[in-house]
Amino acid sequence: MKDSIVQKITAQFPSSIVSVNEYRGELTILVKKQDIAKICSMLKGDNDLCFDSMRDLCGADYHRPDERFEVIYNLYSLKNHFRLRLKVRVEEQDLHVPTVTGVWKTANWHERETYDMFGILFDGHPDMRRIYMPEQFEHFPLRKDFPLMGIPGSLSLPHK
Amino acid sequence: MNSAPIDSKDKILYALENQDTTVTFDDPLENEMVLNMGPQHPATHGVLRLLVRLDGETIVSTVPDLGYLHRGYEKLAENMSYHEFIPHTDRLDYLSPLANNVAYVLAVEKLAGIEVTPRAQYIRVICCELARLASHLVWIGTMAMDVGAVTVLLWGFREREKIQDIWDLLTGVRFTTSFTRVGGLAQDISPETISAIKTFLEQFPASLDECENVLIKNRIFIDRCEGIGYLSKEDTIDYGVTGPLLRAAGVDHDLRRDQPYLVYDQLEFDVPVYYDCDVLSRFYVRIAEMRESYRILRQALDRLPSGLINTGNPKRILPKKERTYGKMEELIHDFMLVNFGINPPIGEVYQAIEASKGELGFYLVSHGEGYPWRLKIRSPSFVNLQALPPMLKGGMISDVVAVIGSVDPVMGEADK
Repeated sequence: MKDSIVQKITAQFPSSIVSVNEYRGELTILVKKQDIAKICSMLKGDNDLCFDSMRDLCGADYHRPDERFEVIYNLYSLKNHFRLRLKVRVEEQDLHVPTVTGVWKTANWHERETYDMFGILFDGHPDMRRIYMPEQFEHFPLRKDFPLMGIPGSLSLPHK
Repeated sequence: MNSAPIDSKDKILYALENQDTTVTFDDPLENEMVLNMGPQHPATHGVLRLLVRLDGETIVSTVPDLGYLHRGYEKLAENMSYHEFIPHTDRLDYLSPLANNVAYVLAVEKLAGIEVTPRAQYIRVICCELARLASHLVWIGTMAMDVGAVTVLLWGFREREKIQDIWDLLTGVRFTTSFTRVGGLAQDISPETISAIKTFLEQFPASLDECENVLIKNRIFIDRCEGIGYLSKEDTIDYGVTGPLLRAAGVDHDLRRDQPYLVYDQLEFDVPVYYDCDVLSRFYVRIAEMRESYRILRQALDRLPSGLINTGNPKRILPKKERTYGKMEELIHDFMLVNFGINPPIGEVYQAIEASKGELGFYLVSHGEGYPWRLKIRSPSFVNLQALPPMLKGGMISDVVAVIGSVDPVMGEADK
């Protein structure tokens, strides 16, 4: 399963795969972010792999100078009962990632949550709003430089 | 005709004849309104807010609004050790806290590479299935009450009360259990608890039949639930919906069987699947699931192996509290584990279980420290709620509560 996934991605997107990693029996493929929507579309449409269900999408902040953020895609194939993790890395200066809402509808809220928590913008998303925090909130709480106790005054109290 | 009116009768005639009849409406039925439902509404099962656009009584579109119960658990988790986060998992899906405890420690154990003893695994299966029963019993009551049947609410809560009494014996508390530990459990299951579960199981099928019969032999309930909240099989998969909703849409998928964890591969159970994609088939799926949980509990109790509940890895597993008072080694390990954590190796894992609402997963990233670098909760309620607008679209306003009841969201989990 692992080999056929890697083969199929390399066949169609020869320079996309950055690294392939297997840890505790879980396959993780790091790909270039500009190809992510096309790779996802291929993985979903392929009759053998058939990753028809996206289970999760989340961000992570690694707090390093280069490629600070990651977006993690957790895909599941109902046919093969196989789980695949795709990852893309995002620079702090360029927080744009192509959306996968066109591939799986479930990506909509997950991408909104990732934007809400990390400020990563998904290009082409139909409804790029915050999902948990209020609209007027200016910070991104899951970034490592956001303090645990919050920022005093950042949540405005209701006024007349 | 256009002369000034003289008396009152002429005044009326004048007004009638001179009224402006040129005003036209492009669409005489254009009368859409926006209804705000929640966050404080008894039928939204917590602090869910829905903005519903209505055309008469028909729903044109729905926008769910989340975040009223957002407590930032993922941020909190990055600032506490792996053990410290266990009590917080109780507050995710607060109707089945034991299943959340199990899901979280399974992820941590996978990350740290800890193998759990067979006895602990069987007890965890019992925990998960009791949690599923408790959660579904609340669901059957609240969902029936949402469509107007109050009796089943009381019967469901009566049964759940018995399960909570079992949790009281098993874990020491009725509600926020925090029962599992990394590498084992907080305490062993006592013979008294086992007999309490057996007593409960003896009368449970009859009670479930009673609850089911009062609903499925009721024409009003069937008519109320049949055919509403439809979401096609393709859309259900596309929206990432899991759990009973997925199985009610004709997809034969259950993580307990398809990606087995704990000892589910040694237990015999069926995965109920219905094909109608509506509220009624979700009802049948959950009822059938409770029967399967009953079967699993029976087998788990029969095969419960003897032995220890905690594996002998003192660097990773908290020692018994009593022993830390008198033993030097245990005191040192306790101090190190509480203050510096279990330090799993650098890596990342995702572990999911089939919880009562769907796939509950934890994605953990470790940098080799005592605190997780990143913890992501994949909560089934959050994902299932996203499928609410297409389910409601085109339906009637009165169906909203029934459809929310069939989705069975718990906002503690959806809002994290």
